[in-house]
Amino acid sequence: MSDASALEPDTGLTPGKGTSHGLPVAVLLEVTHRCPLQCPYCSNPVELDRPKSELSTEEWVRVLHEMPDLGILQVHFSGGEPMARKDIVELVQAATDAGLYSNLITSGVTLTRERLEALADAGLSHVQISFQANDPVLANRVGGYKNGHAKKLEAAKWTREAGLPLTVNAVMHRQNLHELPDMIDMAVEMGAHRIEVANVQYYGWALKNRAALMPTMAQIEECNRVVEEAEERLKGILAIDYVVPDYYAVRPKTCMGGWGRQFFNISPAGRVLPCHAAESITGLEFDSVRDHALGWIWDHSPALNLYRGTDWMPEPCQSCDFKEEDFGGCRCQAFALTGDAANTDPACSFSPHHDAIFKTAETEAETGETRFIYRNLAGGTPEA
Amino acid sequence: MTGDARAPQRLIVTGEMAVTLPRHVQLRFNKPRDMWLLLAPERVLEPDAIAVTVLQKCDGTRTIRDISQELADIYTAPVETIEADVTAMMQDLADKGFLTEGRTHE
Ligand code: SF4
Ligand code: SF4
Repeated sequence: MSDASALEPDTGLTPGKGTSHGLPVAVLLEVTHRCPLQCPYCSNPVELDRPKSELSTEEWVRVLHEMPDLGILQVHFSGGEPMARKDIVELVQAATDAGLYSNLITSGVTLTRERLEALADAGLSHVQISFQANDPVLANRVGGYKNGHAKKLEAAKWTREAGLPLTVNAVMHRQNLHELPDMIDMAVEMGAHRIEVANVQYYGWALKNRAALMPTMAQIEECNRVVEEAEERLKGILAIDYVVPDYYAVRPKTCMGGWGRQFFNISPAGRVLPCHAAESITGLEFDSVRDHALGWIWDHSPALNLYRGTDWMPEPCQSCDFKEEDFGGCRCQAFALTGDAANTDPACSFSPHHDAIFKTAETEAETGETRFIYRNLAGGTPEA
Repeated sequence: MTGDARAPQRLIVTGEMAVTLPRHVQLRFNKPRDMWLLLAPERVLEPDAIAVTVLQKCDGTRTIRDISQELADIYTAPVETIEADVTAMMQDLADKGFLTEGRTHE
């Protein structure tokens, strides 16, 4: 027990090689798609769930109580903006009563001191607030919300005052990457424990906005350098989780640890998805917690079983040594860029589409296009 | 960053220190998996049997030295070795942001 090996993550928790799936570890609960912000890279589907279709309080409570027996340990209350649900404190309390570790992923703009205290009393374990930049003008422009940045700063302060640990979510792209060092300093100053430096992933809204968001190669190199330097300097002060942009990678990311392997997502209307972007793959039917018990869905949902394991893989994945490591990358990205979700993720250099897509990205990054298409229920509004 | 006195600092774990898990890091026994787990933001760690024993004793009042002495008595091992091991493990947790200081004994 002398070293970190006593505390390594993900050994007994990860399903063994050759198994299609294991016990689910964590679930992302998209309790609503409503959101006061309009981020052009929003990970929600372009076709948003209507407020009327959302699961009721009773339905969420029932589903939360089904989770511990399936092996689920953590739930992330997300959206949209989870604070848009009037019953959010009740839902967090239900998670606590069920014995789940709960995390709130919020834009922070509608948080109040009172509601944060109520959430803390309901047993919330952790808060994540997204920041669009360090410069308020840029931040408010990216989020498409007037005065949002100032409200987020206040919410971060109240979070710490309520005794809750804070993670800063920094979503990075061409128009804010130059602010990364300032955003890291901002996180330290507000007493955050952790920062997620996440480069935009290009499907859904972000794909619509790719030309305005795609970073240049030089920016990515600088970003790697900034993160590396900050990790060293802030050891024990600020933990940094880094998501690199896979357009510039040689091998794809192991998306969600493999399709339907140990994580899933519940949409506002109750559909069980292998990841938050899966509804962007047209033609797939996802099962709803309104029709089935969660345990049945996890083991038997045809959509979850479709890309589990490795049997479904075509070449070049099928005969590749890495197939049990990255599971062929991201299905949503394969669908968005090649039209077939079963294809090798084009982020992989072995994909026949890789070179063409890499060139497109490079070209787009140089275009100087800056206008966003804002995310909303109307299918998007171009920036004025 | 300014030279602000309130600026957060790295927690350096010593034998005299009493440490405990903060609110966002929870040691729990998981029935479906039949194992102990340490739940943290976006992470789940698997402490081995000795780590579990140590963490259960970290109540924020007993020092690492006290705890090491108890373990030395149980396992009839030299307390210095155990204290070094426990301190290293706690430093690792502290650097991940998964540990806070309890009451220190002067
Ligand atoms: S990414 Fe922006 S628009 Fe989308 S849910 Fe989060 S805060 Fe709202
Ligand atoms: S070919 Fe498929 S399995 Fe091999 S590295 Fe690329 S995506 Fe992964």
